[in-house]
Amino acid sequence: MRNVLPVVTVVAAILALWYAAAIPLNIHQSLVEAERAGEIVAPEGANVRRDMSGLTLAFRNPSNIGDVFGQDRPRLPAPHQVFAELWDTTVEKKVTSRRSLVFHAWITISATLVGFGIGTALGIVLAIGIVHNRAMDLSVMPWAIASQTIPILAIAPMIIVVLNSVGLQGLLPKSIISAYLSFFPVVVGMVKGLRSPERMELDLMHTYSASPAEVLWKLRLPASAPYLFASLKIGIAASLVGAIVGELPTGAVRGLGARMLSGSYYGQTIQIWSALFMAAISAAVLVGLIALIQRQTLRRMGLES
Amino acid sequence: MALAGAGIVFWLLAWWANTRLARLADDAPALRLVVPAIFGITILVVWEMVARGLAIPQVILPAPSVIAERFGASTDVLWADFQQTFLKGAMSGYAIGCSAAFAAAVLADRSDFLRRGLLPVGNFLSALPIIGTAPILVMWFGFDWQSKAAVVVAMVFFPMLVNTVSGLRQTSAMQEDLMRTYAASYWQGFFKLRLPAAMPFIFNGLKISTTLALIGAIVAEFFGSPIVGMGFRISISVGRLELDMVWAEILVAALAGSLSYGVVSLIERRVTFWHPSQRR
Repeated sequence: MRNVLPVVTVVAAILALWYAAAIPLNIHQSLVEAERAGEIVAPEGANVRRDMSGLTLAFRNPSNIGDVFGQDRPRLPAPHQVFAELWDTTVEKKVTSRRSLVFHAWITISATLVGFGIGTALGIVLAIGIVHNRAMDLSVMPWAIASQTIPILAIAPMIIVVLNSVGLQGLLPKSIISAYLSFFPVVVGMVKGLRSPERMELDLMHTYSASPAEVLWKLRLPASAPYLFASLKIGIAASLVGAIVGELPTGAVRGLGARMLSGSYYGQTIQIWSALFMAAISAAVLVGLIALIQRQTLRRMGLES
Repeated sequence: MALAGAGIVFWLLAWWANTRLARLADDAPALRLVVPAIFGITILVVWEMVARGLAIPQVILPAPSVIAERFGASTDVLWADFQQTFLKGAMSGYAIGCSAAFAAAVLADRSDFLRRGLLPVGNFLSALPIIGTAPILVMWFGFDWQSKAAVVVAMVFFPMLVNTVSGLRQTSAMQEDLMRTYAASYWQGFFKLRLPAAMPFIFNGLKISTTLALIGAIVAEFFGSPIVGMGFRISISVGRLELDMVWAEILVAALAGSLSYGVVSLIERRVTFWHPSQRR
């Protein structure tokens, strides 16, 4: 609770900076519109003003500063414009409408969740294999770690197009990218987690003459829970990014990535920003959900009070 | 069919060899390099044999040899793309973003209020899909590498900030009291105690950022770029179904990514030689 005031201050500072930045970025356009409407602006002529900095223009035309926060296609929309658009496209529109951001967000989130599920399941299975099989550990682990340094996202367009040519379309190709991105964090985290039981604990299981399967179910898997949740949080954020990027190359018409892309084609900046915020909100909700499950599970396991 | 069968036989053989070698690896540390190498080669061989044996079309999965050929034949194009995306876009953005985040962290560290405000916000922002700012930044900074550098700055800033801020908190009250008994000034305490103690965290941030920088620079090119660059080449070759070129470009990205990560790890080993994780 003692962090509330500092956080609010920082957020307010960011919003203030945002409004301030809108002035020099949008003033050119406002002056063009004002001149067209017959107002006198200094200096005259859009060509003369093009190379001047936004700040100089703002100082010379203080009366036009107010206009920068209400343009249709601003270079930087003001926060209230973005929130108005967000409100309009989430609450005011029906969720089944093509113009509803909830609809687009759901398209992206469903691909994210399917991919995240696949990636996590495969990751856990591979991690169990790595912990139990020395050959697998030695051969796969270095590559799993090295693959984290590779920009996997660059493969996204290829996966989409290749799967498209095999006849797979829609949700699944995006989920495969998501699965790929959440796979490696889960493998690395789970291997660490499954190895976290100490010598003493393993020895105790040994004295009970527990089979490897019993050690896995009763000791290793429960012990790996905190590690699993830490990697799940990284994995789901990566999955969402994967699903968004997966929408870019095919010229998809649905989903948050598609909204961003069409916004950037048609210069609809407010649309890009609202899609960006929707993506941010989705990421926050997904990570928050995992954190909630984490807290509940760990508390019931007695690992966290 | 016969080739694909041979591939599977090779796979089983390599598996058997790795199982034997893995048992010996405890006594011979050199085998720790051999086993993953065999695994990597096996994947390449099986891929090659299956791709050729089952005559998988080029547009779905080109064989490694085809990719290697393409790589060798178009080194000039790949080098130009590498320069544009990695050296100009990713590296300049990485340098600007990391140093800006470091400066912001040092400033934030001076005030407890600022730190308590910035840490949660920074943690929140670094989990967000920052890559989504790419279309906006491309619109602002044009199609050339400047916009890619801007995307990279936005991507690396928060992970780096969060890591540096938490690194600068690593010293204990006892250590800081010791510096005070030496009558050390703020900056003396900073350079002699707190900065070295923060180094493992700072390098962690730098390492995370190398990958993010490359991802940011490549993906930003999907939103618009001049007719050179790794992201541009990938999207244009995918459109033309020249998948061997895409794979060659991915190979460049993989090499660039692991090399830059390796360089940062090497510097880390030099700088934080005292840290338990670096001791041998």
